[in-house]
Amino acid sequence: MKPATLPQAFAILLRRDLTLAYRRRSEMINPLLFFVLVTALFPLGIGADPELLRNIGPGIIWVAALLASLLSLETVFRSDFDDGSLEQLLLSPHPLSVLMIAKVLAHWLITGLPLLVVAPLLAVLLNLSGDATATLLITLALGTPVLSLIGAIGVALTVGLRKGGTILSLLVLPLYVPVLIFAASAVANSDAGLPVNAHLSLLAALLVLSISLSPAATAASLRISMS
Amino acid sequence: MLRFFHQLASPRHFYRISGKLIPWLALACLVFTLTGVYQGLVVAPTDYQQGDSYRIMFIHVPAAWMSLFIYMVMAAAGVIGLVWHIKLAEIVAISSAHIGASFTFLALITGSIWGKPMWGTWWVWDARLTSELILLFLYLGVIALYNAVEDRRTAARATSILALVGVVNIPIIHYSVEWWNTLHQGPTVTKFDAPSIDLRMLIPLLLMAVAFKIFYAVVLLLRARVEVLQRERNSAWVQELVKEHE
Repeated sequence: MKPATLPQAFAILLRRDLTLAYRRRSEMINPLLFFVLVTALFPLGIGADPELLRNIGPGIIWVAALLASLLSLETVFRSDFDDGSLEQLLLSPHPLSVLMIAKVLAHWLITGLPLLVVAPLLAVLLNLSGDATATLLITLALGTPVLSLIGAIGVALTVGLRKGGTILSLLVLPLYVPVLIFAASAVANSDAGLPVNAHLSLLAALLVLSISLSPAATAASLRISMS
Repeated sequence: MLRFFHQLASPRHFYRISGKLIPWLALACLVFTLTGVYQGLVVAPTDYQQGDSYRIMFIHVPAAWMSLFIYMVMAAAGVIGLVWHIKLAEIVAISSAHIGASFTFLALITGSIWGKPMWGTWWVWDARLTSELILLFLYLGVIALYNAVEDRRTAARATSILALVGVVNIPIIHYSVEWWNTLHQGPTVTKFDAPSIDLRMLIPLLLMAVAFKIFYAVVLLLRARVEVLQRERNSAWVQELVKEHE
């Protein structure tokens, strides 16, 4: 049998992760329900005044997306670590950072993309305008991959630890701040009829930066915590 | 010269050399602190707008400078430790984290106390305060990760990576927060050609900054010595040292 080339290995890894996720569909639903539930709690906590909800809606949806992404992060490497396939991945002759892109891409398709699907529903619940909803979708499409990419570094650092989950939030959430700021203010601006191009460009810049740097950091972290 | 640095990197020589350095550095720190405090509290004139309460600046501003400076030292030491596998660099990196977190906390507390008479509240979501708060969380993350990993060397290497990721993110966080909201008074010292600050206020500020730097060096050496002893406790030279002191 011929050894797999790098694109083949990438595709195999991606397909494997997606298949695994498909067979455990119920696990995928939980972060999504969490996203909806957290957003629905805010009107109950602060009152249902439509103007108020409209003002704070972008921030609420984005904070909820941040927390949902954090909640699902541990699944990136957890089952691979438990059954030993992570060690096999480290032994692979292919560059680990490229394989990490496949892992993160699969993770984003499983946990990030569904957020985009339910986001319009939440936008209606929080009384956002049509323009703002469109901007919300763009920011989620640009921002959630950044969350997965940054989060993967944190997970790689904590994967072997018994109490990894509690530390993970401390490691990852401060690094999420720029995404939250640019994304939420883009949605708020668009709701107020202001231009949002600068915010979206900055979000795209963050995405490019994290795609180029984060896989290498994730790979290095994995090698250290698996050593 | 090269040989000196080479020796310094070995734990045993580091222990010997740092033991000789510490008293002198501590003395220098004391001298700078005393003159800085005297200049700041007695010689410096009262501010025409902020009255005497601005004098907390002589603690607040150097502490804020140190909080960033130490993070840079920590990340640089982390890179050296990761690339050249120098144990001492790892020790410097992790010993810096606690000191840096303390300075960040000090800057936040003094800023809050300064803010009360100036802005009327203990806390405002001002850009520089907020990025200082996030910096504190970054430090706490580094410390938490170091404590969570059992093996000391793995822990040091993992925290070095985290510090590096943090260094890439600090400017991004800083500017995103700055853009988000700002109310803090503009920088008055960094404009070196013509600082918009009275010379009698600038001198104690710089004195205190030097004092804080030396203080950091002293505490860093003390912490690193303890860490070296703990890591090398099974080696012959530490055993000898223990015998000498018994």
